[in-house]
Amino acid sequence: MRKEIPLFIVLVCGIFMALQFFVPHSYSQFLYRYALDWLIVIGIFALALGIWSFIRVSYDKIQRRSENWQYAIIALAGLFGMIFFGMWFMGGLESYMYRHFFSFIMIPIQATMFALLAFFIASAAYRAFRARSILATVLLLGALVVMLRFNPFLGPLGEPTARMADWILNVPNLAAKRAIIIGIGLGMVATALKVILGIERGYMGRD
Amino acid sequence: MSWTEFLWTTLGAILTLCTFSFLYKDNPFYKIAEHLVVGVSAGYFVILLCFTGLMPKLITPIMNGSWWYIIPAILGVLMWFRFSKKLSWVSRYPIAFYIGIATGVAIPVEMKNRINSQLFDTMKAPNFSGDWFVGVCDIIIIIGVVCSLFYFFFSKEHKGVFGGLAKVGIYTLMIGFGSSFGYTVMARISLFIQRVQELRNWVTLTKTRTDFTIVLWVVVLVIVLLILMEIIKHLKRKPAETVS
Repeated sequence: MRKEIPLFIVLVCGIFMALQFFVPHSYSQFLYRYALDWLIVIGIFALALGIWSFIRVSYDKIQRRSENWQYAIIALAGLFGMIFFGMWFMGGLESYMYRHFFSFIMIPIQATMFALLAFFIASAAYRAFRARSILATVLLLGALVVMLRFNPFLGPLGEPTARMADWILNVPNLAAKRAIIIGIGLGMVATALKVILGIERGYMGRD
Repeated sequence: MSWTEFLWTTLGAILTLCTFSFLYKDNPFYKIAEHLVVGVSAGYFVILLCFTGLMPKLITPIMNGSWWYIIPAILGVLMWFRFSKKLSWVSRYPIAFYIGIATGVAIPVEMKNRINSQLFDTMKAPNFSGDWFVGVCDIIIIIGVVCSLFYFFFSKEHKGVFGGLAKVGIYTLMIGFGSSFGYTVMARISLFIQRVQELRNWVTLTKTRTDFTIVLWVVVLVIVLLILMEIIKHLKRKPAETVS
């Protein structure tokens, strides 16, 4: 019963929600909205699970004085600080500290982390783009033209390069993206069917 | 700019520098920024989801008398049984509801948004009414999509005509991957330029302020303290550990 009932729930909910899409009745729309609200609420409780796990791991790290335990204090301070400043009595989402923590701590660090990737991507590109085969050369040319698109130092070559880059982005790139998106869609539908029919049971974990 | 705003901007600039220090190697300044952003991001999403999810989707409906909204809350609480070794199976019920609803919704939505919409746009007749080149591009797109899909079909060996079409597909995919890569690199470089501009703005700002000296000393003090901490940590290590 520990496995059969969850499998039955998945089957019933899955078939019901898939069929509901084709029923344009107000009750059906209400059920759809209500079910999505369910997902949001259950997801938030699952987030609490993740936060608790994060706190426990950090606390254990501090208690055991394991390597780099000092940084766990910073992580916990950030977490509790943000939660405290975002509480309703501090002003909630409009709280001064909450907004400033977001604008002057989260945004600068995250933006810089993404900017850092430019350097690591460049070194990865060197390894990947060595034109060893025709396929690698095609990859290299596609990337090179698109990268040169915004280069202000090309002079008279700037305009044709930009046009070529636009063509690559709008024609062969579009074709490749479409095929990939169709592939992803088919894969997702197939996986969803496997889950609903109980063929894929990885979400149930181990006993 | 007020004193407090200047302090916030300085904090942002220092954290930017701390993160950029990773270009040298993994170091305490980067680790501080890294751990701080993990904690702050988690806290940010907790509050955001409480106010935009929990309040309007659970608390407000229950307060307004829609008692049946208690059901997802009970299911959510059941999720916490995951921590219990004996009763972890209970958490399968809310997961089953979640997975069942999500997969059920996904099937028609994916069919409509990904598969059908892309197929409809691909199967349009080539447009030769105006510029002939547009029509040629439309044909290239159709051939590219079909051949790329042939490449993804692994149930048949890529030989003969099928293999030739799959080869055209892989070339199309390679151009696609290359251009996506180039686009991503340019996006990162734009972000890098933006961060450097922010730093430059901050440096310009510091020149116009006399009270910057205090901030500078605080920053220097923090950096010295961190370096001292690192030295003490290094000295405390056992000789064998240092060698390894």
